[in-house]
Amino acid sequence: MNAPRLKTSAMIASIAAEGQRTVAAPFGNTLARIAQTRPGIVGLSADLSKYTDLHIFAEAHPDRFYQMGMAEQLLFAAAAGMAREGLTPFATTYAVFASRRAYDFIYMAIAEDNLDVKIVCALPGLTTGYGPSHQATEDLAIFRGVPNLTIIDPCDALEIEQATEAIADHKGPVYMRLLRGKVPLLLDEYGYKFEIGKAKLVRDGKDVLFVTSGLLTMRALEAAEMLKKERIDVAVLHVPTIKPLDEATILAEFGRGGRLNIVAENHTVIGGLGEAVLAAAMRKGHPAPIRQIGLPDAFLDAGALPTLHDRYGISTAALAARVKSWL
Amino acid sequence: MTSPSSTRASVLDDLRRRATNIREHALRMAAVQGQGYVAQALDIADVLSVAYFSQLNYRADDPAWEGRDRFLLSIGHYAIALYAALIEAGIIPLEELETYGSDDSRLPMSGMAHYTPGMEITGGSLGHGLPIAIGMCLRLKRKGSSPFVYNLLSDGELDEGATWEAALSAAHWQLDNLIAIVDVNNQQADGPSTRMLGFEPLADKWQAFGWHTQRVDGNDIDAVLSAFETARAVTEKKPRIVICDTKMGKGVPFLEAREKSHFIRVDDHEWAEALRVLRAGETPGETQ
Repeated sequence: MNAPRLKTSAMIASIAAEGQRTVAAPFGNTLARIAQTRPGIVGLSADLSKYTDLHIFAEAHPDRFYQMGMAEQLLFAAAAGMAREGLTPFATTYAVFASRRAYDFIYMAIAEDNLDVKIVCALPGLTTGYGPSHQATEDLAIFRGVPNLTIIDPCDALEIEQATEAIADHKGPVYMRLLRGKVPLLLDEYGYKFEIGKAKLVRDGKDVLFVTSGLLTMRALEAAEMLKKERIDVAVLHVPTIKPLDEATILAEFGRGGRLNIVAENHTVIGGLGEAVLAAAMRKGHPAPIRQIGLPDAFLDAGALPTLHDRYGISTAALAARVKSWL
Repeated sequence: MTSPSSTRASVLDDLRRRATNIREHALRMAAVQGQGYVAQALDIADVLSVAYFSQLNYRADDPAWEGRDRFLLSIGHYAIALYAALIEAGIIPLEELETYGSDDSRLPMSGMAHYTPGMEITGGSLGHGLPIAIGMCLRLKRKGSSPFVYNLLSDGELDEGATWEAALSAAHWQLDNLIAIVDVNNQQADGPSTRMLGFEPLADKWQAFGWHTQRVDGNDIDAVLSAFETARAVTEKKPRIVICDTKMGKGVPFLEAREKSHFIRVDDHEWAEALRVLRAGETPGETQ
């Protein structure tokens, strides 16, 4: 074992960079707390409670947690049954398994009857180097096709805390992407407050407008700091709710004009935030070009996450480089 | 394949030696990462030894040979275990061991068919192997071909509905060229499998589904060999299953003792200790 260590691949991806402020398990801790005053909340998982931070809720409320085993169709159908009986189930697994394996059950058993089930899933987009079986590159595209479904892609620990509470009180089915473990914290520095269905200008600027959600809002804000040193002034419009899309706010920001407009997402370029925004702009006759950054329409490589983020253009450095190449 | 003149004792000795080598390769790969599904690799090494060094027909220099027995790894996270067997079989060069789980490697952490010679299917999402095996078996039978299709699945994978769809289907089609192997180590992501979703009595279930069923100690090479030989030899027009009860971390007592071993982290010095302990425990001629 004297060979030099090559870059490693890890299933349990850590999004947090060196020295970044983090909060431990914001979802699990928040759910455990708010459940104290909301007796209808129950938690279920398909053998991934430890990997979705739901184990924290399970430890706090053992009589309100249901381990369903590694059976995702069962998980969501059972959650539907519980919702029919008046509960507010939070059901967790990885984004790939909810969006692919259990889709029919989410579509028909949950959404078609507008049931109050919260589908909360870890490993969104490209947040693991484990390979396509675990990289949920197209979850937003899949779920955008479901009527009645609210879709949330939160940026950081603060937003996950606020969104968890907001979706618990929202009546109707919700799909929320989840970051777990030590989750970065940054939106507190911007005085940010989450509201379902609202896009918010987290940072203003006159040269570039990033329209982003989730992880890419964090990356866009970091890129903005980098580009500021080169006197490029970058605005970031954070769009945590993918469905329903806050078209009014987005188009108003495009309408201010005179900027390089970019939509960027931790998702394939097909069918996610980018195409949703482009479609809205086109329908309203917005004239200026809008660039798109996202994962390619391909089965992604396995490997180390930093390598993959550079390779597929969603690292902070890659974002900054694209901006400069387009200006 | 063994020569007719080998005694069973010498066959078993060789299989135990191979199993120890498989365990060693797996430990070395896990050391590259510092963590991983190594407890599973240790528990299944005996089964893989019997499969690759006694039972399966294959050509090391031509892993895609048409006439091969197919060995499907339905449990993609056991890639580390299969790579160890493939290295021992000469299908993957030993020098590639150090690239395990690294960028641009042919040995990704989760088994994928187009990355690695000898990897028949892509795993990661569980419950795929058995249904895929159904299709392969149907085609092979229609062609009148003699290869067997083996599918290794886990006890956690029994939770997935697709497993039981395939179980029904295999018996329905009388797929006597299908041999399933279940690694029952009673561990999955959230804890002991029997507490996540109970599946006992397991042999009764497979039997009721119409499979020729055997259940053995998966770390007793003698018993595993007998079961595998029987699975190939029975003439009933039924699919075959060998349920193997195994011990996570088998061969390295301090890893066997770990309570939570689905995905384990080990310090640098512990890897060296594990290898030392593994070699020290190697006693040819004795049942492990």
